[in-house]
Amino acid sequence: MLEINAGGMYYRDLNQKIRDAVNSGEKDITVRNVNGQYYIGDGLRGKSTITVEGVPGNDLAAFMDGPTLVIKANAQDNISNTMNTGKVVIHGNAGDVLGYGMRGGKLHILGDVGYRVGIHMKGVKKQSPTIVVGGTAGDFFGEYMAGGVLILLGLNNDGRPIVGDYLGTGMHGGVIYVRGEIDKNNCGAEVGILDLDDEDMKVLKESLTEYCKDMGLSLDEIMKKGFKKLIPVSLRPYGNLYAY
Amino acid sequence: MFKSLAPPEYLATIDREKCIRCKRCIQNCGWGVYSWGGDKVLINTSKCVKCLRCYHYCPEEAIEIVDNPTRFKQNAYWGYNHLRNIKRQAETGGIPLTGMGSDLPYTILFDSLLIDACQVTNPSIDPLREPMELRTYLGKKPSSVEFEKGRDGKLKLKTKMPPQLKLSLPIIFSPMSFGSISLNAQKVLAIAAKECGILMNTGEGGLHEDLFPYRDNIIVQVASGRFGVNPDYLNAGVAVEIKIGQGAKPGIGGHLPGEKIPLEVARARMIPVGTDAISPAPQHDIYSIEDLRQLIYAIKEATNYKPVSVKIAAVHNVAAIASGIVRAGADIVYLDGFRGGTGAAPSIIRDHLGIPIEHAIAAVDDRLRQEGIRNEASIIAAGGIRSSADAAKAIALGADAVAIATAALITMGCTTCGKCYTGNCSWGITTQRPELTARLDPEVYAERLINLIHAWEHELKEILGALGINAIESLRGNRERLRGVGLDTQILDILGVKPAGR
Amino acid sequence: MNHDYQKDISGCGLTGLISRKRRRIGGADIVKSLCLMTDRGNGLGAGYAAYGIYPEFKDFYAFHIMFDEPSVRWTLEEYLKNNYHIEKIEEIPTSPVKAIPIAPLLVRYFVTPLRDKMAGDIQEADFVVNTVMKVNSEIEGAYIFSSGKNMGAFKGVGNPRDIAEFFRIEEYEGWTWTAHTRFPTNTPGWWGGAHPFTLLDWSIVHNGEISSYGINKRYLEMFGYKLTLLTDTEVAAYMLDLLIRRQGLDIPSACLVLAAPFWKKIDSLPEGEREALTALRQTYGSALLNGPFSILFGHSKGLVGINDRIKLRPLVAATKDDVTYMASEESAIRAICPAPDKVWAPRAGDPVIVNLED
Repeated sequence: MLEINAGGMYYRDLNQKIRDAVNSGEKDITVRNVNGQYYIGDGLRGKSTITVEGVPGNDLAAFMDGPTLVIKANAQDNISNTMNTGKVVIHGNAGDVLGYGMRGGKLHILGDVGYRVGIHMKGVKKQSPTIVVGGTAGDFFGEYMAGGVLILLGLNNDGRPIVGDYLGTGMHGGVIYVRGEIDKNNCGAEVGILDLDDEDMKVLKESLTEYCKDMGLSLDEIMKKGFKKLIPVSLRPYGNLYAY
Repeated sequence: MFKSLAPPEYLATIDREKCIRCKRCIQNCGWGVYSWGGDKVLINTSKCVKCLRCYHYCPEEAIEIVDNPTRFKQNAYWGYNHLRNIKRQAETGGIPLTGMGSDLPYTILFDSLLIDACQVTNPSIDPLREPMELRTYLGKKPSSVEFEKGRDGKLKLKTKMPPQLKLSLPIIFSPMSFGSISLNAQKVLAIAAKECGILMNTGEGGLHEDLFPYRDNIIVQVASGRFGVNPDYLNAGVAVEIKIGQGAKPGIGGHLPGEKIPLEVARARMIPVGTDAISPAPQHDIYSIEDLRQLIYAIKEATNYKPVSVKIAAVHNVAAIASGIVRAGADIVYLDGFRGGTGAAPSIIRDHLGIPIEHAIAAVDDRLRQEGIRNEASIIAAGGIRSSADAAKAIALGADAVAIATAALITMGCTTCGKCYTGNCSWGITTQRPELTARLDPEVYAERLINLIHAWEHELKEILGALGINAIESLRGNRERLRGVGLDTQILDILGVKPAGR
Repeated sequence: MNHDYQKDISGCGLTGLISRKRRRIGGADIVKSLCLMTDRGNGLGAGYAAYGIYPEFKDFYAFHIMFDEPSVRWTLEEYLKNNYHIEKIEEIPTSPVKAIPIAPLLVRYFVTPLRDKMAGDIQEADFVVNTVMKVNSEIEGAYIFSSGKNMGAFKGVGNPRDIAEFFRIEEYEGWTWTAHTRFPTNTPGWWGGAHPFTLLDWSIVHNGEISSYGINKRYLEMFGYKLTLLTDTEVAAYMLDLLIRRQGLDIPSACLVLAAPFWKKIDSLPEGEREALTALRQTYGSALLNGPFSILFGHSKGLVGINDRIKLRPLVAATKDDVTYMASEESAIRAICPAPDKVWAPRAGDPVIVNLED
């Protein structure tokens, strides 16, 4: 167990310390007094767990490949950008453009997220990313989604819409599960709204069991409300767009 | 008869080995090039206009139309058309007519303007996945609006908005009269306008009853001949257009000869069958700008204040004229550049009078802004819009929307042969001969025109997306997003555009 | 018509705060908040605006003017004396900063227009706007970069900390503050080009690029504005002056112009509201700010934060007691308010409007 005090530290110095610790085999690192430092966990490999106290800066866990980051507060924009494997757990809200081009690993968020979450997530064979959002999401949720799983729970939404407009616009792979009803008017033209089948329930339960464990929530409570599934209805939705 | 000293423009040829003597070429040619000689198809090539109808309908691809190699000797100064027209004038003493827009190689400013795109500092927007708005409202806008708070705390409009014409995208169809084109061609325009959420324009030939179902997508035109104009007609569409002039023949009237006035055309124009339909050069109730105001308001009174458009040819003093039109109360100023099409015009007029639309848009938009009245009217730009890129450039220069005619006719089979004035159009477009017009099935050809509009719509969205803007109003007049290539300082100044590299 | 304008693009960080109760807050907070976002700027421009800083001169327009050449000062003052009563002239207090070896001459004037110079029924504010437009476009080397009452902008080429130190920002106390760190990309940073941009009481800090700049500029020119400061942010300041002060729109309506709702949304509204918003877009299409932006605009009665209609730039808001904070990053808020009562990310085009209590 290693503790780092990040108070007033520039991101380069902080990230160098974290990288050195991980490279020296440290498995359990706690970083205190973080506020706004960019790139924490950026490109990091290995199996360490890094706990962050305070609000980390943008590009958290970008290109990350293995470690687990636990954020004890809100987080900002561009989290898990093109992340390969590993896990990010955020015990608060998070910002815009989360999981852009994410190709594996998990991103668990307790609260609300901003715009363009899960944008162009990819999944190939066994490697498949998962994002679970406990609260609500903004517009363009799952935009261009090409693979992986997006789960939106809409807990504690206080009457606000669970999700914004242009849901799954440009989606051509993967699956989105939304807890509650979906308005077709808010969906991209490429997606269909379906009920969940047994296979879906298996995937959903598996992901949510882990999520609930991370967040200290009750799976049974969450499953009391029904889910809808969004999937692309065409792998090539723009086939007729171009002339010969 | 004395053989013309002007050799034929084209040679129509038939590969006799391929020809199966099916006579389709004879049936299809509206010009009488082909006839049956008992055992083979005979060819009178002097009548050929290279409209390619025969080629298209020959099942064996046996027909080839080539430019006549036996033309006048090439001369960089005495061009082919000069010699040909002189010979024709020597033979007839008449004025050579032509159709379509001018094909002379004047500088095309559209081809010297390039559109900007985003890289890094602002993101381009993906038009397929994200909202991209082309909706355009034509009409007078107030310079500001006032609200009052409703009882529910919501905004409530206090300003009385002038009437607006709603377009799904900033493209409409230019006026083409029944008479100059066939009723079926007008139906194609009407069906497509309705389907695409845009407008067609009757031209000055009145409104045939078959077009009544499309009245929400029709502008009716009032021109100097006043054909078919009565109170019902004025109220039949969503707006009225006063035609002062046409880009292809500014200052010139029209003359539809009596032989092209069959019953249907006569009924729509409300004149006797077989009489000449003459459009005087000026509107004889408009000899000055205050007279225009008088007519605009006469029409507004008669229509309970529908929007009034005034169409003029782009001429040298276009900016001042347009300013006068706006101050006279027009809701829309329609500018037709010198390259604009026509069904019939003296070629000497078409090719030598007026100015290009690009200059006209820039000059008019600048002038209306300088005078602080740009909001008082919308600008429609027409006269040679060949593609969505031309449309985008016209809008960036300052137009609210563009009008297209030639491009629409090309979807119906037109090959811009330029012989519209003969009334023999083999594609059934610029003719009233029933055996020819029957070829133009409105439903079938409307589908093609709708395809074109949708394709241009996609292209416009792609252009906006590349520009990083998601509403057409952010392109309108945004000359900062255009650059000139190979243009001199003065033209750049007139266009209000920087050279590429700046 | 002058078409040979240049446009500057800036990626940036911004932050602002306001005490609804007009509690005057020292400049140290805003400096600390801005300095947290070092990596959003590149040291080529930073600035601060504050309201409530000149209580002893609150009835005078405070002109902050920069002179490229000291000699221009006399031309300018000649012009000012002919048109204004000048209550006080002083050089804006600065401290030497190593990283800022060269600075323009910076002078502030507390003035009020001479009655007899205001021909016809011209409003006092219009008179001041005309002065700003005239000086900035006609007196070479002189720039009025702040012209409101009981408020001021302080800006220049340098990083946020150096500019704060240079202008001794921590010595001012105001109830509203905005600040900006700049990452100019296509013209070299220059003092006039730093944010905030101001006109009368309006002050703007902006992150992003206004891709509709060309038409916004031409639209404003139609109403007599002269855009001289070589950057797209200027249009936002003038647009607010036009829409709110001159044309009488309220702030929420002005926000509906700058970040207009999509037609899809407007079409779905009940009739009265639909009609109102349709008219707004029809009338003010050329005033739509299109492209990625988040903007904070301060004025004499409050502070507003707004971002573009598809949220391409970030904006986070928070409240703590009587203070509302808005910034590009939550951490910039937490740097000065570690435990806010509430933190949220405003939705696209949805303004955060905070009004001062009377």
